[in-house]
Amino acid sequence: MIKFTRVSKEYPQRGYALRDVSLYVNKSEFVFLTGHSGSGKSTTMRLIHMSDLPSAGEINVNGYSSNRVTRRDLWKVRRLIGMVFQDFRLLPGRTALENVAFALEVTGAPRKAISGRAKRLLAQVGFTPEPSAVVEQLSGGERQRVAIARALANDPDILLADEPTGNLDEHATREILDLFQDINKNGTSVLIATHDTHLIGRHPNARVIELDQGRLVNAAQAEAS
Amino acid sequence: MVGLSLYVVGLFSLVTYNLQIALSTIEERVEIVVYIRDNADQSEIDALRAELMAFDEVAGANHLSKSDALERAQRDLPEFGQLFLESEANPLPQSIEVALKPENRTPEVAAKISQAAQDYPFVEDALYGEEWVDQLFALRRIGFAIAAALGAVFAMVAALMIGLALRIAIFARREEIYIMRLVGARSGFIRGPFLLEGALAGLAGGTLAAGLTYVSYRGLSIYMSDAAWIPFNWVAIGLIAGSLFGAISSAVAIHRHLQEV
Repeated sequence: MIKFTRVSKEYPQRGYALRDVSLYVNKSEFVFLTGHSGSGKSTTMRLIHMSDLPSAGEINVNGYSSNRVTRRDLWKVRRLIGMVFQDFRLLPGRTALENVAFALEVTGAPRKAISGRAKRLLAQVGFTPEPSAVVEQLSGGERQRVAIARALANDPDILLADEPTGNLDEHATREILDLFQDINKNGTSVLIATHDTHLIGRHPNARVIELDQGRLVNAAQAEAS
Repeated sequence: MVGLSLYVVGLFSLVTYNLQIALSTIEERVEIVVYIRDNADQSEIDALRAELMAFDEVAGANHLSKSDALERAQRDLPEFGQLFLESEANPLPQSIEVALKPENRTPEVAAKISQAAQDYPFVEDALYGEEWVDQLFALRRIGFAIAAALGAVFAMVAALMIGLALRIAIFARREEIYIMRLVGARSGFIRGPFLLEGALAGLAGGTLAAGLTYVSYRGLSIYMSDAAWIPFNWVAIGLIAGSLFGAISSAVAIHRHLQEV
């Protein structure tokens, strides 16, 4: 599903964000990616999404290799992946329904089906306010649910979440993590980047990949299959 | 602003076209007059005429006898009519007036024909108004070059303005573009609306420019009744060029932005 083979990423001004990292995430796995700030978690997420390409090594996502995929074909990789962020990254001034519908529109969903599917996605993630509510009127937890619904628009194989509960309170955090678990039970691989050890502690059965200054700390856990 | 830049291009087109017409009128007068000595035989004159007609660039060669020349002078210069009548001898020479084909009315061709005629011993002189013809064509070349250069500059300014406007539009919609890229929208889907917007901006600017240019033409024709409106195909080319510039500017702007996302 996701395979890193001796991946390094160097930025001109920053230096190495990742050094010689090899890891593996299986289909339908639930994995935490942890480490302090600056350890390379977000870089790893960007590389999986192929928003960025590695300086060395190879990344394979469902058969698409970072060394062979062309810029023209990146959209195929990105439709396999749903992404969720700490700051939600919703379109301001638009409703919850419009934010989810936008993802469906730009990926070529049939026009007549967009509204219905967007509402179903919002229901799937447990969004209870009116779909016509503007995102600025929603709580943090509600916004994150909208973001997750949008991430699921293409029925992705993989869900990446970069510090998804960083802006949420305790209660909302628990609810969002439960939602991720439900999504995982439906067959979607879930990879959550977080530095919150309490969060990880609540899910003892989940595999944990730890990074420190761009290197893997627990290589054996990283390559478990 | 795009329309104003293209309006300047339109004005240059109007000036260029009318300059072209004016110069064409003057060019029609580019001809060589071969002055022949009084003692030349008719057969020699006929031979010269035939040789001049043999040049591909020559449209016609008309022999003007001394009496023809006098008749013309009396007609064209009536104020000197009495003077010609009082003169016992006809002072005016016979000549061959050589007309050039429209596409060959250049100083170089006139000089060539003139030189060929002067090789004949009975030819007194062959003149084509060398000084003013050379200056006329130099003026034409300079005029067109300046018009073309300035027109191109203003067209580039228009293209840059469209590009700038598109960059602002792209920046304003950067969050949407980011989400599109995030969820896997195809590049063509992202670029398409901006390309269309750029093309339409160029077309709108071109249409406005055409309208303003026409208004200017109507104003100008009050003072210059023989001012001519530019041909329709020039207007059409201008509109198409405006759309093209707009689309290209947009393509450059969105391409640079997508490289960063």
